[in-house]
Amino acid sequence: MDLLQILSNTASSILSPATIGYALAALGLAVHFGYAGLINMGIAGFMAIGAYGYAISILSFDFPWWAGALVGLGGAAIFALILGIPTLRLRGDYLAIVTIAAAEVVRLMFLTTAFDDITGSADGLSGYHGSFRASNPIPPGEYGFGPWVYNETQWWVRIMGLITLAIAALVVWMITRSPWGRALKGIREDEDAVRSLGKNVFAYKMQALVLGGVLAAAGGVVYALPSAVSPGVYVTSLTFFVWTALLLGGAATVFGPILGSVIFWALQTFLSNVLPAMAEAGWLLGLNQIQAGTLRFILVGVALMLLVIFMPQGLLGNKKELTFVK
Amino acid sequence: MGPTTLTTRRVAGARVTAALFGLLLVALGLFAGASPAQAAEDDPYRISGNVQLDGEPLEGVALTVDGPGGKQEVETDAKGQWRVGVPERGETYVVTLDEDTLPEGIAVVDAEDDTPNVKEVELGQGGRATVNFFIGEGERNVTSFFDQFVQRIIQGISFGLMLALAAIGLTLVYGTTGISNFAHGEMVTFGAIAAFLLVGPASLALPLWLGYPVAVVLSAGFGLLLDMILWRPLRRRRVGVVQLMIVSIGLSLALRYIFQLFIGGGTLQLPGSAEAQIPLFGAVQMSVVDMISLVISILVIVAFALWLTRSRIGKATRAISDNPSLAAASGIDVDTVVRVVWVVAGGLAGLAGILYAYYRPGIKWDMGAQILLLMFAAVVLGGLGTAYGALVGALIVGLLVEVSSLWIPSDLKYASALFILIVILLFRPQGILGRRERIG
Repeated sequence: MDLLQILSNTASSILSPATIGYALAALGLAVHFGYAGLINMGIAGFMAIGAYGYAISILSFDFPWWAGALVGLGGAAIFALILGIPTLRLRGDYLAIVTIAAAEVVRLMFLTTAFDDITGSADGLSGYHGSFRASNPIPPGEYGFGPWVYNETQWWVRIMGLITLAIAALVVWMITRSPWGRALKGIREDEDAVRSLGKNVFAYKMQALVLGGVLAAAGGVVYALPSAVSPGVYVTSLTFFVWTALLLGGAATVFGPILGSVIFWALQTFLSNVLPAMAEAGWLLGLNQIQAGTLRFILVGVALMLLVIFMPQGLLGNKKELTFVK
Repeated sequence: MGPTTLTTRRVAGARVTAALFGLLLVALGLFAGASPAQAAEDDPYRISGNVQLDGEPLEGVALTVDGPGGKQEVETDAKGQWRVGVPERGETYVVTLDEDTLPEGIAVVDAEDDTPNVKEVELGQGGRATVNFFIGEGERNVTSFFDQFVQRIIQGISFGLMLALAAIGLTLVYGTTGISNFAHGEMVTFGAIAAFLLVGPASLALPLWLGYPVAVVLSAGFGLLLDMILWRPLRRRRVGVVQLMIVSIGLSLALRYIFQLFIGGGTLQLPGSAEAQIPLFGAVQMSVVDMISLVISILVIVAFALWLTRSRIGKATRAISDNPSLAAASGIDVDTVVRVVWVVAGGLAGLAGILYAYYRPGIKWDMGAQILLLMFAAVVLGGLGTAYGALVGALIVGLLVEVSSLWIPSDLKYASALFILIVILLFRPQGILGRRERIG
């Protein structure tokens, strides 16, 4: 077992597009759940719309990459509107079931062979990188130090991802400190009280749903930037993983989702390297390497349960600010 | 037969059949060398193949091979094999199967391909290539629409009743404890895996009449175990329902991957899952397993309904669903009833798992998660927390899933049920049998 290599991979994963994509999605979910109290279990659907919107508008309509990204974000905003109208008046657990169902519908629409020409069905989409890479100002070569050595394309993906994340975090940080954000938190704690103050609760919730959905779609675009869009990614497990990252960091915080995603991916990378190596060395009671690989997903599930029961406020959250009302 | 009719037929009819029964055509290098049919003997390189339907060779199917050296026509022999000699290697040839020469109602099916009867083949430096076509039944040509419709309705009822078995447990748990149990799908998978371990030829190999009831009992025990080690302690801590829901999601993930750890990522089959179909009338057919499954579902649901309405515990369950505090105040031991509910839910889910393993067919580590959303759709459609609502909702979902695939691609059939769920919530959020106050 090459421990140094494993640690290097783990450190490298901190800057990976997957981590940045998760952080953006978790930030969107923080707006939904942490601030507005909306239990959105369809975050994978928002990410899928972002990623497919980006890829399809480039491949099928020859859009430049930035326009493709805007299409992805716009698609998610429309999806949030359509989803919000029937569901936002419902109680929390209904919302959870409807959003998870809607995300599955979205995934099945991208997966079906009926639209194979546009969506690539089970194969997904790839080869949409030309425009994005052509806009790269970094001269070819390898840059960085230690575990963070990447070529110009990899850096360009990471830099654009980090800029998006920084803007998103700034926006969320500012608006949650605004009167709008305070009203939103009020709705989370007691919807009727806020309604009795004359606020339009439905409109606030809808705005939060759209904002969070657009952030999640940005996460989907960043996730899809380096390689390909595959429908197998946007399953309900993705939603649950993003939830785990969010609850780990702290749902009602701005930096919690980012910290949570970094820890989630660092741990995932570490375990996906170290567990098969341990299995190979025979330390895991006769489990083979593939079985050792599934072990880390079992750990995610157990971690999610323990987190919710024993530390519902997350690492950065304030215990007084209850995120699980009712 | 023009290209238009072909396309229509393929889109509308052949998809499901292609996925379920269709297929086939295995032809390989093995056959390729074996028996020459009509080979243009003077050319040094060969393209060959094998046309079969369900293992039966098809004779007299015409194929055209186009490429360097000109166009050649060939027909399959009595063994369903064909081969042509071609003069060049390292070139691309186009092989076209003439669908007019296939028997009535049969087509080349390949969902990935718009023109599945035309294939390109690259003849490598080896100078030999095999071209296979996927032949399936183009159902629409042999079956009247009415027969198909009836067939779908029968399958839909069968699927709906199976779904009801699983959904009843989900809704009972919701009614008595308020948990939206996302791990319910894993309880379904547990039943199927337990059944496999008990009756599977490679493990205990118990007779079916003994193995399946034991598997159901084990599933009920699994429900009991979950209540003892997880849900009861959480009730004691007074953990909120949203937290409980997320705990169940964590449990679902953990259990799902534990199953994968033990049975791997592949599909396992219960004995008898490849039974022959028995024609009933017209083109409507069912297998023996389907019929037994239908009867078992009906018997168990009737027994459950009697239990819920006649027995003391059944009445207590409904009382708690209505108003837990009032039920507790009138002397009902809520904790015991909730435990019984978990046991019943586990047993019903396990039974549904066994039936679902035959319906799919096959056992997979994430099979429960695949129908979890359909169960939720059934429960929400009928009205969260009402047992009869779950039954009605499940039947609607089952029929919708099966019948809708007459018109929409079969890989979207689950989407139709979920879509209807969203639409229904627009107009009647409390569900069909639910009451207004439940939606909050």
